[in-house]
Amino acid sequence: MTVAAPIQPPKPEAVSSAKRRIRRADEGPARPVAGRRRAGFVMFLSILPFLVLVFLFSYFPLYGWIYSLYDYRPARGLSGSEFVGLQWFELLVGSPTQVSQIAQVMTNTLAMSFLGIATSVLPLAFAVFLNEIRSTWFKNIIQTLTTLPNFISWVLVYMIAFSMFSTTGLVNTVLLDSGLITIPMKFLDTDQNIWLTMTLWSIWKGLGWGAIMYLAAIAGIDQSLYESAKVDGAGRFQTMWYITVPQLMPTYFVLLLLSIANLLNNGMEQYYVFQNAFNRNTIQVLDLYVYNVGITGNSLSMATAISMLKSIISVILLLSVNALAKRVRGSSLI
Amino acid sequence: MTTLAQPLTRIREEKGSYAFKAVNYLIFATFAVLCAYPFYYLIINSISANDISALGDVRWWPMGIQLENYVQVFNLPGLPQAALVSIGRTVLGTAATVMASAFLGFMFTQARLWKRQFWYRVIIVTMYFNAGLIPVFIIMKTLGLTNNFWVYILPFIVQPFNIILVKTYVESMPDSLQEAAEVDGANIFQIFFRVMLPNMTPILATVAIFSAVAQWNSFQDTLIYVTDQSLYTLQFLLYMFINQAASLAAAAQQAGGNLGSVASAATQQTATSIRMTVSVIVVLPIIFIYPLFQRFFVKGIMLGAVKG
Repeated sequence: MTVAAPIQPPKPEAVSSAKRRIRRADEGPARPVAGRRRAGFVMFLSILPFLVLVFLFSYFPLYGWIYSLYDYRPARGLSGSEFVGLQWFELLVGSPTQVSQIAQVMTNTLAMSFLGIATSVLPLAFAVFLNEIRSTWFKNIIQTLTTLPNFISWVLVYMIAFSMFSTTGLVNTVLLDSGLITIPMKFLDTDQNIWLTMTLWSIWKGLGWGAIMYLAAIAGIDQSLYESAKVDGAGRFQTMWYITVPQLMPTYFVLLLLSIANLLNNGMEQYYVFQNAFNRNTIQVLDLYVYNVGITGNSLSMATAISMLKSIISVILLLSVNALAKRVRGSSLI
Repeated sequence: MTTLAQPLTRIREEKGSYAFKAVNYLIFATFAVLCAYPFYYLIINSISANDISALGDVRWWPMGIQLENYVQVFNLPGLPQAALVSIGRTVLGTAATVMASAFLGFMFTQARLWKRQFWYRVIIVTMYFNAGLIPVFIIMKTLGLTNNFWVYILPFIVQPFNIILVKTYVESMPDSLQEAAEVDGANIFQIFFRVMLPNMTPILATVAIFSAVAQWNSFQDTLIYVTDQSLYTLQFLLYMFINQAASLAAAAQQAGGNLGSVASAATQQTATSIRMTVSVIVVLPIIFIYPLFQRFFVKGIMLGAVKG
C-alpha cells in the first residue's frame, strides 16, 4: 500500500475562478433575477427530502429529551405517562445507591478515555518508526496486515478474543499442553485488569489504521529538511526527534483535542460485546450504562435523563476545546 | 587523533544502526503477526476436521481438511435469512448513501441553491451532537422503525462526512465542465446526472467502500431496534452463537440432523466449528474487498481532515 501525500487545497486559480463564477451567478445580467430565484428554489425542493431525513433522525430526537421529565411507559404513550418534573435528575444526585453506581460508571468511562489518550502517541510512534524502514515491500506488508483489524466489527474482535483467550481457547490449550498451568486461566470471565485489556484490544484494532494519517503527513514533509539535517551531521534519532516528530505535532494536537472532546463518548459496542456477569462492574462505561438502564432495564426516562446530560456535557467539551484550538493554533477544529 | 577517531565512530554508529534496524523490523513483524494470525486461525479451524478443531489442536495448519462446514452452516436456523438481511442492507444502504452524498455534495456547491449556507450548516452540525441513544430509540419507535428493515437504511442515507468529501471533490473539478453544459442549455439535474456524476467516480468509490464496510459490520442497530428474528444480521447471529452455548448446541443438532447419521465425527457440527465457520463467512467479504479499499482509504481519511 502506498501512502499518498495529503490532499492539497484547491489551487489559487481554481478558487478565484470559482469566486468569479459565484459573482457572475449572483450579479450577472445573463438571466432575469426572478428566474434564477425560482431555479434556486427548485433546487431546494430537490434536497428537501434529505433535509427531512436529517430533521427526523438528528433534530427530532432532541424533542425526546422531554421524556426525562415524565415517568414514560411505552405502553401508555407520552400523554398517558405521569409528569414527574426533575425527579430523575434529583434521583441521580440524591439516591446513595444511584450515586455510587454513577460514580463507578464515571470512573470506568474516564479511566478508559484517559488510557486511550495516554496511548494516543502509539500511532505516531508507529508511523515514525515505520518510516525508518527502507524496504518498501516490508512496509507495505506491515501496513496491510496491521490495518486489517480496523475493518472488522467488534463482534468479530470478540470472537477472536474468545477463540484465543477463553478457557478452551488457544492460549489456554497451549499453556495446558506445555504443562505451565494445570487449570485454565480466566482471561475473559474476570473483573481483573478490564480497563487495560479493553485498551489493548482498542490498540490491536486501531493502531495500524491510526498511523495512516501520520504516515501521510510524513510523506508530505519537505525532504530538504532531512538533507540539511544530514549535512549538519544529525544522526537517525536526531532527525526522527527534531524533524519528523515536530512536523507531526499539529496533527497530533488536533486528534488529542478531539479525543478530549469525546471524553464521555466511548461508544458501547466494544464494551457490550465483552461484557459478562463477572466484569459488569468495571466495564460499564457511560454509553453502555445508558443502554443497560434504558433498554435492558426498561427505565427509559432515567436513561433519557442520563443521555441528555451526557450530550450537553459533550457539546460543552467540544466547544471548549474548539475555543482552545482557536487560541493556540489560530484555527478552529469544527 | 581526529583522523583515527572519525572512522571509529562511524563503525560504532553503523553497528548501532544494525541493531536498531533489527529491533525495528522485529517489532513490526511481531505486531503484524499478532494482527494477522487470528484471521488465519479462524480460517484453518473452519476447514479442519471438526473433532480435531473442537479439541483446540488446530494451530498452525489445517488438519483433516473438509469444506462440509460451509454447506452445513446454511442449515442453521436463521442463517440464510441473516445472510440475506446483511447483503440487502449493505447493497441498498450503500447505494442510497452514495447517491445522496453525490447529489447533496454537488448541490451544496451551487451558489443559486436557496439558503445554501444555512442548509449546509444544518446538515454538517449534526456531526457534532447527538440527542442520545434512548431519545433516538424512542423516536425510532414513534416512527415505526423498530423491527423494520428500513431502520438499517434510512438513518444512514445522509452522512455529513460523505457530503463534505464530495463537496470538496466537486469544488476541485474544473468549472468549465458545468459551464459548458450550461451553455448547451442543460438544467441542473441534467448537469448532475450526465456531466458531474460520471466525473465523481473516484470519490464515490471511497464513499461506497466505507459505507459498505460500515453496513456489513453494523451490530448496534440490530441490538437496539430489532427483536424480530427474521431481521437479524450475520453480525448479530454470530454474537448470539458466541454467547449462547445452549441454543448453539440445539442448532448444531438440527444442522447435523438434516444429514442424519451420515455425518461422521469429522463433519459433525460442533460449537467450535459453527462459530469458526460463521466468523469466516462474516470476515471473508472484508478480506476480499480489502485490496480495493487500500487504494481509496488514504484518500478518504485525508480528505476527512478537511473540515466543512
